[in-house]
Amino acid sequence: MPDATILFNITPVPFLSVLVWIFLSILAMYFARRPFHDSMGSLGRVIYNAMRVSAASVKIAQQRLEARNREVLLAAGIEHAERRTEREFERISTAVERNLEGYPQLQRQLREDLLKLEDDYRNTAEIPQGLSDWVKVIDAIAGIKPSGDPLVANLLEDIHNTLKEQHKMALEGHRKAVSDRHGILSRMVPQWRATDKTLKGIEKAISDLTGRSQAVDQCIADYETVRTHTDIAERQLSSSSLTQFFTSGLVLGIFVIGAIINFNLVALPMSEMVGGASYIGAFKTSDVAGIFIVCLEVVVGIFLMDALRFTRLFSVIGCLDDKKRTWFFFILLAMLTILAGVESSLAFMRDRIAADMEALRQSLAGIEPSAVAASKIPTIGQMILGFILPFILTTVAMPFETFISSSRTVLGMAGAWALRALAFLLRLAGNLGYYLGRLVVNVYDLIIFPALWLEALVLRKMNAAPSMQKAEKDRKAPKKKSMTLVEETAPCEKTAD
Amino acid sequence: MRKNSRLSPYPIIAAALFAVVLMSSGCTPKINHTKGVYMLVDTSGTYTEELNKAKAIINYLLGTLAPGDTMAVARIDTGSFSEKDIVAKVTFDQRPSVANTQKRAFQKQVDGFVSSVAGSSHTDISGGLLQAVEYLNEAGSGQKYVLIFSDLKEELARGHIRDVPFQLEGFHIVALNVTKLRDDIRDPKNYMQRVDQWRDKTESGGGSWRVINDLERLDNMFSL
Repeated sequence: MPDATILFNITPVPFLSVLVWIFLSILAMYFARRPFHDSMGSLGRVIYNAMRVSAASVKIAQQRLEARNREVLLAAGIEHAERRTEREFERISTAVERNLEGYPQLQRQLREDLLKLEDDYRNTAEIPQGLSDWVKVIDAIAGIKPSGDPLVANLLEDIHNTLKEQHKMALEGHRKAVSDRHGILSRMVPQWRATDKTLKGIEKAISDLTGRSQAVDQCIADYETVRTHTDIAERQLSSSSLTQFFTSGLVLGIFVIGAIINFNLVALPMSEMVGGASYIGAFKTSDVAGIFIVCLEVVVGIFLMDALRFTRLFSVIGCLDDKKRTWFFFILLAMLTILAGVESSLAFMRDRIAADMEALRQSLAGIEPSAVAASKIPTIGQMILGFILPFILTTVAMPFETFISSSRTVLGMAGAWALRALAFLLRLAGNLGYYLGRLVVNVYDLIIFPALWLEALVLRKMNAAPSMQKAEKDRKAPKKKSMTLVEETAPCEKTAD
Repeated sequence: MRKNSRLSPYPIIAAALFAVVLMSSGCTPKINHTKGVYMLVDTSGTYTEELNKAKAIINYLLGTLAPGDTMAVARIDTGSFSEKDIVAKVTFDQRPSVANTQKRAFQKQVDGFVSSVAGSSHTDISGGLLQAVEYLNEAGSGQKYVLIFSDLKEELARGHIRDVPFQLEGFHIVALNVTKLRDDIRDPKNYMQRVDQWRDKTESGGGSWRVINDLERLDNMFSL
């Protein structure tokens, strides 16, 4: 390896050698200045342009992704609005079936009630019979003043008595007629009340339908908002997707914990069935079997939720006709119940094995077995847990579906943000490259500033000599007549400029 | 149609995951996860007083070993290279409940041995080690451990030749409760030389060597 100190020994004085080297370097750099400037300028522009082009490409990709995200988001929004509208129509249909299917019967009943009321009204309108005309004659005779004749007096007495009897009979008849009319009126009261109740029922049904139709109107309005691709709808859907993503993620996390507990209930007894020493790859066969059982329960749960149309993860199930779907649902429910029963028995077996192992450990350690171990409460608790957990796990389909659908939006948004950040970084890198090139050029000039200073000095001197000669010539030459502004501008007017 | 096209990736993803699982299980070389533990118990001289400790270690091992594992306990006496010196041996059943029953039976055998053991005049550790290697190789365990519960001072009877080189590839030799003898207390170099001699023998045979004197740290025994 050559010794670097030789560089300092080109003259007897090292300092002088250094100065010589500096001088030579500056000289070399001065002569290489122009090519260096050009190459650095080119390099800066290459970096700048390459980065700008890349940034533009990334920007286009980001815009495409955003457009695609928007399409997906709006499609999801439309689907959601469709589902809501569909559900509202189903509710309306149910309400109409429930409230208005008996409408003809109701109408007939109303008509009958009204006819009865009308009859009763007509009956009450009959005026009771008044006193006969001959009563007036008798009354006139009875009004004759007594003349003292006993025959007349007796006659008049008889007439008076007859009149009193007739009056009494007429009064009784009138009272009876009035009583009958009151009876008819009192019989009309329940009919009025029944009619009123029927009318209130109709009013309630109509108001229910009105409410439902308003909900449908709202759904349709939402649907229209999404369909017209407004920014407000997009913002609302994005916000909703983010909320759903985090909420469903949280719920899924809780379900995962439940699944782990479920797995621990079945893994140990599985080793009793499939053996505790066999492995599939790096995993114990019993563990794989336990995971398989838990996954099977989750899958059956997902199918069950699809069969109930709570979720739509598999459209094939949702598209089945109602009869087949009902059969499918009951088959799945039976399978799930069997699995829950199996898991419950596995939980029992697990408790037995664990108790046996604990007893062995205590025996090996020389400890007396504790009384708590003999309690049946943990066994029953584990069995109940083993039976219930599969049914609870079925509901994982709902947050899972939400998570899947919202994760597309969230991932799309994250991708768009990442591309935007990448485009910014590329532009930043391009600008940095360009200005770094200029900085290097300036630093280069700073290093060789003595040479540049000398160059400037020489150039100034060289420029100064001709200008001095010209000034001397001008001084010796006769002075020109000063021109007016119009004369000075005259040549310009003649030219095309 | 839109819904169908959106949901179609699920079966594809499921199939892909299944394929990955199959490939990973198929491509992974078959690994033997079982353990084989052969414990040599020194019964020479005053070391018989330490047998209760050996019993505690055996009980610990019975509690630790899993279904499918192999365990054997053999005594170190005058001529240990013999099946007759194996006190108890078992390969645990795949089913945990059966394995527990086997462990109880094993424990009884060891208890019987400890209560009736008679001290031997010589200490043939090398013979016991050779027997252990032979037994564990036959058992075909994935991880092989030979535990030597001894002070490591070998005293061969006249005529016994033990200059056979050990073949200890894949074996973990663990010396337990290596007590210090009177000479060791006077000159610790003796103890160090003894331990180093066994270390050299083991490592030259391709095995690994450890010493655990603190029996509270037995949980580190299988951490190799």
